[in-house]
Amino acid sequence: MTTLIVVIALVVLTGVYISWRAGRLDRLHIRLETAHAALDAALLRRAAVCLEFAGSRILDPATSLVLAAAAHEARTAGPDEREHAESDLSKTLRAVVDQERFREKLAEHSTGAELLTELDSAVAKVVYSRRFYNNAVAVTRTAQRRWLARTLRLAGHTDYPGFFEIDDAPPDSLAVE
Amino acid sequence: MRIGIVCPYTWEVPGGVQAHIRDLAEALIADGHRVSVIAPAADDTVLPPYVTSAGRAVPVPYNGSVARLAFGFLSANRVRRWIGEGGFDVLHVHEPAVPSLGVLACWVARGPIVATFHASYERSRAMSVAAPMLQSAMEKITARIAVSDAARKTLVEHLGGDAVLIPNGVTVSRYAEGEPLPGWGPDGGVIGFLGRMDEPRKGLAVLLEAFETLAPERPGLRLLIAGPGDPDDVLGRVPRAYRDRVGLLGMVSEADKVRAYHSVDVFCAPNLGGESFGIVLTEAMSAGAPILASDIPAFRRVLGDGQAGALFATGDAAALAKEAARLLDDPGRRAKLSDEARHAVRRYDWSTVAREVVRVYETVTHAAAGVEEDVS
Repeated sequence: MTTLIVVIALVVLTGVYISWRAGRLDRLHIRLETAHAALDAALLRRAAVCLEFAGSRILDPATSLVLAAAAHEARTAGPDEREHAESDLSKTLRAVVDQERFREKLAEHSTGAELLTELDSAVAKVVYSRRFYNNAVAVTRTAQRRWLARTLRLAGHTDYPGFFEIDDAPPDSLAVE
Repeated sequence: MRIGIVCPYTWEVPGGVQAHIRDLAEALIADGHRVSVIAPAADDTVLPPYVTSAGRAVPVPYNGSVARLAFGFLSANRVRRWIGEGGFDVLHVHEPAVPSLGVLACWVARGPIVATFHASYERSRAMSVAAPMLQSAMEKITARIAVSDAARKTLVEHLGGDAVLIPNGVTVSRYAEGEPLPGWGPDGGVIGFLGRMDEPRKGLAVLLEAFETLAPERPGLRLLIAGPGDPDDVLGRVPRAYRDRVGLLGMVSEADKVRAYHSVDVFCAPNLGGESFGIVLTEAMSAGAPILASDIPAFRRVLGDGQAGALFATGDAAALAKEAARLLDDPGRRAKLSDEARHAVRRYDWSTVAREVVRVYETVTHAAAGVEEDVS
């Protein structure tokens, strides 16, 4: 009798534990998805601000072209090329914004300062959202790798998530503020 | 005529556009024109007297690779000042679709503007975004020149409108004299090839096959191959017994290229097609190398239907072998072809090409007052 009670208790406890682990993994997956959506939005926003800059007629045509081409590449890149294209956009932005007297030139236009503030915020949000996303990836990966999760396939059909590795260093003149 | 030429790429970095502008400028100066070139250049570069620096170019990702370009307000100001002080009759911009000095010059100048398009590409994402932004710069261009059919096609497809075709020239005098490379030299048995070894359309495979046919009965026969590519891949296609008779130079300097042309008894251009002009052929002709080329239309035209060089059926290794054997056995014919080639290539000399370009200048300056700053 006592043995039976112990066995039943053990089964119940194990069940509770497993469902708690599965629930945790599920929460992690939701967090990961949210982080990914935020990252995606930040990247799209950055490309959009760049395109707006390029089309604003504030910049010289050569700078506009370089910026528009890089932003377009980043916006239209497929999943495999995206990290590369977004890194290229970061590099291009540094080359453009770190021109000598870039700020003074922009200040001559009414919309220039506004756009620069917007760019500043878009660039920073890419840095933040990427860090948050990669944190979520790291935690999810650890959880998915655990013995229990692997044996019982607690992750279901969810893919093993990959880090988003890009060069997102902001232009010097934006970073100092 | 006072001519202002705008170069989009860093002057001291070797490249087709830079070489084109240098040769054109020098030919124009030799013809008595006053030429000023503006180009991006590093601060410590020693520039020819006719080149003005627009400052350093910045490496940025563009159109799938990293390009060194000059853009921004400072570069635009330098171009503006250069135009203001130059008092040019005509402004000649190169690659105005590239985000560098060319498009800046179109932006800040007004007056007769000639543009030359060099690049050709199948499809360019960057260009599809750029086309509408380039519109106002393109509208200022009065005459357009393309250096090849491919460049012209690219221009028509991406930007619309047409252009006149004026191919690259060759500076004949630069190739005319040269010391043969050590261990080589015309000795009655050297066949030369220059071009990308791993580009099938250059036709190296056809030449290697012909070499394999000829090698057993001709112990003195050797191949001299210059150009980028994987040497092991090429040697792998040659039977082991003949490998020591194949010399692979890899990428060669301009000076060694000239010497290579002077180191052969027969220069072979086995191209399968796609060559819009054959700059290599005109260089070999300038060096007076007896030429054996495939009979693609461009080569047939340059070689005057076989007058200035022997032709063989494109892609036919047996025909190549037969024709090469005849040439190697006939020093008299080789000497005649060499003379004919040196003569025929004069029409492709930069002095001739530059005159063609001047005709374009004259067409656009006819009713114009000269180039000035655009203050609007």
